[in-house]
Amino acid sequence: MLIKENIALSENGFVFNPSTGDSFTMNNTGKEVIMMIKEGKDLNRITELMAEKYDVDRNTLERYLADFLNDLNVYNLLEEEK
Amino acid sequence: MSRRKVTVAVTGLNNIDSPGPGIPVIRGIRESADLDARIIGLAYEHLEPGIYMKDLVDKTYMIPYPAEGKDALFERLMEIHSKEALDIIIPNFDAELFSFIKLEKKLAEAGIKTYLPSIQQFEERNKSNLSAYGDKYGITVPRGTEVFSIQDMNNTLRSMNYPVMVKGKYYDAYTAHSFEQAASYFEKLTAKWGFPVIIQEYIRGTEVNIVALGDGEGNLIACVPMRKQYITDKGKAWGGITIDDDSLHQLARKIFSLTKWKGGMELELIRSSSNELYLIEINPRIPAWVYLAVGAGQNIPEALVKLTLGIDVKPFTRYDVGKMFVRYSYDMIVDLELFSRLTTTGEL
Amino acid sequence: MSKQLFERPTITRLTPGVPSKHGAASVIAPMPLIDGVKVDDLIDQFGSPLYIFSEREMRKSMEEIKRAFSVRYHKTQMAWSYKTNYLDSICRIFHQEGSWAEVVSGFEYDKAIKNGVKGENIIFNGPGKSASDLEKAARNGSFIHIDHMDELFLLSDICNSKEIEARVALRVNMDIGINPRWDRFGLNYENGEAWDAINRIMINPRLKLMGLHTHIGTYMMSTDSYRIAATKLADLAYNISVKFEYYIAYIDLGGGFASRNTLKGAYLSGEDTTPSFDEYAEAITSALINSRIRPDKLPTLILETGRAIIDNAGYLAGTVIANKRLSDGKRATIIDIGVNILFTAFWYDHKIHPVNSHSGLVEETAIFGPLCMNIDVVRSSLMFPALKRGDRIVITKTGAYNITQSQQFINLRPAIVLIGINRQVHVIRQAEILDDIVKNELIPDYLA
Repeated sequence: MLIKENIALSENGFVFNPSTGDSFTMNNTGKEVIMMIKEGKDLNRITELMAEKYDVDRNTLERYLADFLNDLNVYNLLEEEK
Repeated sequence: MSRRKVTVAVTGLNNIDSPGPGIPVIRGIRESADLDARIIGLAYEHLEPGIYMKDLVDKTYMIPYPAEGKDALFERLMEIHSKEALDIIIPNFDAELFSFIKLEKKLAEAGIKTYLPSIQQFEERNKSNLSAYGDKYGITVPRGTEVFSIQDMNNTLRSMNYPVMVKGKYYDAYTAHSFEQAASYFEKLTAKWGFPVIIQEYIRGTEVNIVALGDGEGNLIACVPMRKQYITDKGKAWGGITIDDDSLHQLARKIFSLTKWKGGMELELIRSSSNELYLIEINPRIPAWVYLAVGAGQNIPEALVKLTLGIDVKPFTRYDVGKMFVRYSYDMIVDLELFSRLTTTGEL
Repeated sequence: MSKQLFERPTITRLTPGVPSKHGAASVIAPMPLIDGVKVDDLIDQFGSPLYIFSEREMRKSMEEIKRAFSVRYHKTQMAWSYKTNYLDSICRIFHQEGSWAEVVSGFEYDKAIKNGVKGENIIFNGPGKSASDLEKAARNGSFIHIDHMDELFLLSDICNSKEIEARVALRVNMDIGINPRWDRFGLNYENGEAWDAINRIMINPRLKLMGLHTHIGTYMMSTDSYRIAATKLADLAYNISVKFEYYIAYIDLGGGFASRNTLKGAYLSGEDTTPSFDEYAEAITSALINSRIRPDKLPTLILETGRAIIDNAGYLAGTVIANKRLSDGKRATIIDIGVNILFTAFWYDHKIHPVNSHSGLVEETAIFGPLCMNIDVVRSSLMFPALKRGDRIVITKTGAYNITQSQQFINLRPAIVLIGINRQVHVIRQAEILDDIVKNELIPDYLA
């Protein structure tokens, strides 16, 4: 799982996709997750780190992470899995 | 004499093909010999061009839509006020005026001045009340009816001849030549501006507009009539010329002395083929073509700021007749970085 | 270190016309408390969804409306509109505040009597009164508001055959310059039907004309309409005094004051545009005072305001069941509140608050109910924070009509609690149980 290389990501949570011209904003948790993906962390590690930081049960967390990743996919921000 | 420093917040930075009055208002203020203004833009959408016109607008803040309620608006204005110490706000959209009029007192208590009509003045000139307005003040207006449903409209149209004007509560007007056309405009207008829709008699003739400014005591401070020379498919003037016609001035004087209107106003009139003058609409604010008045010698935005500050302003006595404006559009180059800052922080 | 509150991660595409959090954050403030009582505690204790009423707000609204009229007019009488909300506890609060009862059916009439309202303090409206309803109301000395000529003749026959008298008023409809016109109730002013009925009542020794009544519409945002209506009724009262040398006791201007909800299709928020009680009062009372009626003979003003008093005092709390993404990319949040218990979702863009705090970032969301019906839409589109399953929400201004018009459909209807003045919480109707629904059913022997 990788964010497309050309995606511009700014500190304040603004995302720009140069190949489509779309721009996006994220909330804080969204920003954290996308940063961790960018750093190369895998889904298990991200889930672990989020669970440590936030008051949330494992099921809920996994469900909403999957949801978020699906959004990234729908918006064409992820590299296609090989 | 040194120029008076003043911080003015202005809305209506949407200087697009159907422009808001914000940028022309700012140009007028900027050209004042007496005022040294810091201009704060107040924007609803990220792409309002004025936000990126840095030589005209010093700083812009996003504000909530009027539909979110006046309390949300007030809260945001106070946040901006705490950073910018606003002296004056000039609202330029019909749809936001209601909220600003309602907030007038609270804003004044916070030290922000506005120069607005009363809620009664604002309501009585509403498109849907135009017939009553005509009766009350003895002004010729086209027949008009408010309709709340397609069925309502069908009933109304039975006693009228096509074409008819189909108008939205705040903005937008279409000419319909058949019931089907009217029905499609009805849907379009209600989706955007809510109920009611106004069905108005179509008056054939020449359209003339007046930009005017009143002091709330019945005095007409400024008044410049303009004949549209070229009209876009949205009904906006793309070119216009100042004209001299005493009956127009008389009408404006009559309206202002009877209604004691406070603030800017645009009168939309049609001189019919039988040479009768119909008042078709009253816009409760300065129109986007106000810069023509500035160019012709009546700097209405500057006068408005002065009146708001409590400075005595003598009524203008003349303007250049035959001055023209030709509107153009212009592509600015904007850095993504600016856009990103605006969308994530709400200010630029 | 304690863990932070989790908000589900979101990413939102920027499209023109969508306000950012700087635009809209303050309007979707969380609502952890109602009248100082924790919403979470209420749901934990009484279940979700849950109707919640605030006695404090009811009494406050009553005080405001009474003050607005009493400072302008010598005699005003409120009458609680039962159909707006006829939970006994709610009615009793308004009766305690001095309201009479305004009922529109035999069922509501009996409820009012059961709530201790004296017969002579009941106003009986509506087009569907039965012969036995009319006789009972006449015997009790209630004010019977005549809706149509057939009713006038029926009542007259009853009074003659039973040798009783009735106190009546006439419901009048009129052109007050608004659309749509409410001309289906009462007798028409302009075509002379109302005057015809007045003549008939005045010469009938068994009928005593007490008042004139009109109800110009619902959710009236224009106070001017009330001014016109009051002026016309006052004219009618004056004409009666001239012709019959008789002064009626009251003018009843009905209800119809708007609450602070935002109607669907309105551009501006109802919180901003709804006139205040003072504005309504000014329009109505000035019309009466400036009428041709002799000042010492000015009638009592009766108001049947329901919605504007109770709507703001009612809340409906619920829980997020699920989130999904629709085919067009829009977010949908499913909650456990359906339109069967929130009928007003068809008319209003209800305001919805999360119970607990959120980051402030919002995205365009549709809010659906749990009914498995396509019409079950609480909000088709609003800017809403990213809530997750189990998060709780409060829908505000739901006090009018939602209880009386709710219908049992696929689920049992929730409990209703009242937060008293002292913040004590009282269940005023228990949650339905299966037996409530099936106990009146009968099964034929061969299916038993």
